[in-house]
Amino acid sequence: MADILVNLQQFFEIVRYPAGGALCLIGAILCVIGTIGVMRFPDFYTRMHAASITDTSGATVILIGMALMAPGWVIVVKLAVIFWLLFLTSPTASHAVASAAHTAGLQPLIGRVGQEHDDDEGVS
Amino acid sequence: MTAAALIAILLGMILLLIRTLIGPTLYDRVLAVNSFGTKTVLALGLLGFVMGRPEFLDIAILYAMINFVSTIAILKFFRYRSFQVPLVRRDAQGGKRNG
Repeated sequence: MADILVNLQQFFEIVRYPAGGALCLIGAILCVIGTIGVMRFPDFYTRMHAASITDTSGATVILIGMALMAPGWVIVVKLAVIFWLLFLTSPTASHAVASAAHTAGLQPLIGRVGQEHDDDEGVS
Repeated sequence: MTAAALIAILLGMILLLIRTLIGPTLYDRVLAVNSFGTKTVLALGLLGFVMGRPEFLDIAILYAMINFVSTIAILKFFRYRSFQVPLVRRDAQGGKRNG
C-alpha cells in the first residue's frame, strides 16, 4: 500500500509540470477564442456571450494549470483566492453591464448578419 | 508552454484594446475593458510563473478586486452622471424617507 502511494507521488511529481503547462496553454487558447468572438460578433449581447468564455473556462483552466505547477501551498491558496474573486465578481459585472445596456434601450440585432434590417415583410 | 500561454493572452489583450477603441457603443467598451482586466489578472499570474517568482499573484489579487470596482463605478457614473447619488429614496412628494 505504501509502495503504491510512493509511486503515485513520484508519478505526480513527474507529470505535474507538463500537465500544468498544457492546461495553461489550453486556457490561453480559450481566451484567444473568446477574444476573437468579441472582435467579430455583430452585436453587444452576442459579444457579451463571447466575453464570458474568458471569464469562465479560460480563467478556471489557467488557474488549475498554475495550481498544478505551484511550488508550495501558499501559492495554491492565493490561486484559490483569485478563483474565488473571479467566480464572484465576473458574473456580477456581466449582469451589471447587460442590465445597464438593457435599461439604456440598446436593442439586439434580429436577423441574419449582413441583412438589411428595414425589410420586415418577409419575416414576421 | 507557460510562455506560449502568456504570449497568447497578450495577443488577446491587444485584440481587446482594438475593440475598446472601435467599439460602437459605450457598453462594448465597458465589456472590453472588463474582459481586459480579467486577462490582465491571468497574464500577471502567468508572468510570475514564467519568471520563476510566483509572488506576482498578490498583484493579481489586487487587480481582480480593482477591476470589479472600476467596472461598477464606470457603469454607475454613466447611469447617474455622478458618483454622489443619494442612498435614500424619495417618495412622490419629494420628501425624504428611509429605505
